[in-house]
Amino acid sequence: MVLADQAILEIRQTANQVRKDVLRMVNAATCGHPGGPLGMADFMTTLFLQHFNLTPETLHNEDRDRLVLGNGHTCAGYYALLAAKGILPREELMTFRKFGARLQGHPHRNADMGIDFSTGSLGNSLSVAVGMAMGARLSGYENRIFSISSDGESQEGQIWEAAMSAAHYQLGNLTAVVDFNNVQIDGHMRDVMNVRDLKLKYEAFGWHAMDVDGHDVLAVHDALEAANAVYEKPSAIICHTLIGKGVSFMEDQPGWHGVAPNDEQLALALAELEAAPE
Amino acid sequence: MPSTQTLAPLACDSPVKIVATRDAYGSALLELGAKRDDIVVLDADLSGSTKTKAFSQAYPARFFNQGVAEANMMGTAAGMASMGYTVFASSFAMFAAGKPWEQIRQSICVPELNVKICATHAGLTVGEDGKSHQMLEDITLMRVIPQMRVIVPADAVEAAAAVRAVAETDGPFYVRLSRASTPVIFAEDYKFELGKGAILREGTDLCIAACGVCVAPALQAAEELAKSGVEARVINLATIDPIDRDLILDSAERCGAILTVEEHQIRGGLGDAVAQVVVHGKPVPMQMLGMDNAFGQSGTADELLAHYGLDAPAIVARSQELMQRKA
Ligand SMILES: Cc1ncc(C[n+]2csc(CCOP(=O)(O)OP(=O)(O)O)c2C)c(N)n1
Ligand SMILES: [Mg+2]
Repeated sequence: MVLADQAILEIRQTANQVRKDVLRMVNAATCGHPGGPLGMADFMTTLFLQHFNLTPETLHNEDRDRLVLGNGHTCAGYYALLAAKGILPREELMTFRKFGARLQGHPHRNADMGIDFSTGSLGNSLSVAVGMAMGARLSGYENRIFSISSDGESQEGQIWEAAMSAAHYQLGNLTAVVDFNNVQIDGHMRDVMNVRDLKLKYEAFGWHAMDVDGHDVLAVHDALEAANAVYEKPSAIICHTLIGKGVSFMEDQPGWHGVAPNDEQLALALAELEAAPE
Repeated sequence: MPSTQTLAPLACDSPVKIVATRDAYGSALLELGAKRDDIVVLDADLSGSTKTKAFSQAYPARFFNQGVAEANMMGTAAGMASMGYTVFASSFAMFAAGKPWEQIRQSICVPELNVKICATHAGLTVGEDGKSHQMLEDITLMRVIPQMRVIVPADAVEAAAAVRAVAETDGPFYVRLSRASTPVIFAEDYKFELGKGAILREGTDLCIAACGVCVAPALQAAEELAKSGVEARVINLATIDPIDRDLILDSAERCGAILTVEEHQIRGGLGDAVAQVVVHGKPVPMQMLGMDNAFGQSGTADELLAHYGLDAPAIVARSQELMQRKA
């Protein structure tokens, strides 16, 4: 299905809102991870508004889609999108990382919040998504299972055990989306540990794999549709992104992986996002 | 039974110096790197946080970033150690002890290799990252492996000394370090000895045995207890394996009751190690303070220590309960 102009505009506006929410949340917490969620905002918003069928109405349906956020440190963006979809109250966003809050520093499985799995330790996520996809198929559901991960998480060996298994069991209901920003904590991938070509790797493991520009909403949408059309194989969408996208001083800077903007930096960042064309 | 009696020299700085044990690790590693070219360092994409970065910049040829691949890091550490190198391997405690446990057992401990796992961000004091990152089971996981020795330094002075000691001693070690800055307890002339505890304060009413970030609040609690006439001996048991049996039995004998305090699950941790000595050697009433079979959550380090009953007021309250159980 081709995206209507109105739908594209809604995605762009929501992605911009998500970026602002993320920055405010991390600033209020005085710690957390702004860079990843800013880079993922465009593809995550496309996924949440057009594909992932979680809504307040479907929240407790056994056969709704499932999502595992493997790079759990990017959960500020996840929470902002759950709020955008009316599943979390917007006011709750500002409790992020505070003592007693439901919005934990890394996601904690919670049926009422639409959080399908607990994450934070990298490497575990794709195996869990494989298990969900196997369970869904065994139950006869026609839902989709989305695994969201990162280039950093792709360095864990368990990811590749899961990749092998997903292809072996022909999990066509599984879509793995990878945030490929070429950045991890200690620096750029080329300097720390090069994961090289992930599309080729997934293909070699027997997947249907695509490279897309993770900031091109239409391309991401098309890839998510293409993934859904392939039945006999799992699909991988390698989203090429810029960490910190939308805030000039954060873009491609590994230093913004896990540092909160102070009040002055927040004001500068919000001003840039306010001025951004839609 | 030897009753050491000697008190460890304590810092008397005012205001109290506050330093994280991970910072002391980074500095000690840098010094060792200058003295010994058999020392190599591996890290798993956390060198800024674990503080191995200074070594990586000073000795880039002897530093190997492993990326986010801890199981591979432990296997690689074992291989390099088998070639004659003294290998330091670091990550957060969750990912250094939890994720690659089997590689540590099979590839490092079974062949008795010279690998020093220095794990930072242990325990609740990790804070806001929450339960996925708050490693509260690592003491148990490591001390249960034959050949592995486990050290939980109480402050920066002891951490630096422990890092030097493990570099000089052949075989596998696990050193548990913290993210949070904590008070410096020991004076610079404190002598750390592997396998030996230290008496920080004398008393005969009960013994408070602690390790890591819980030592400072234990000392504070003892001062508080003294106001109501209860004199506690406070001992620091930095080496959890091999544990200082003599000091524990001497404390049981002298005080007649032992309270253990640790930022770790009660099951399998320091309290468990002390109890194993006490039940066999000199049974006395004990109480164990730690995480009571629960995961942590997001919050500041101080909020979490208070919430889970590991701060000075909680230690005072539990000490008073224990005093009542004393015969
Ligand atoms: C098993 C494990 N090891 C280490 C970490 C610490 N850690 C958190 S994020 C991260 C870097 C991962 O890179 P990526 O997900 O690509 O980060 P981003 O692009 O969002 O900055 C590391 C090493 C972890 N959470 N889990
Ligand atoms: Mg990345």
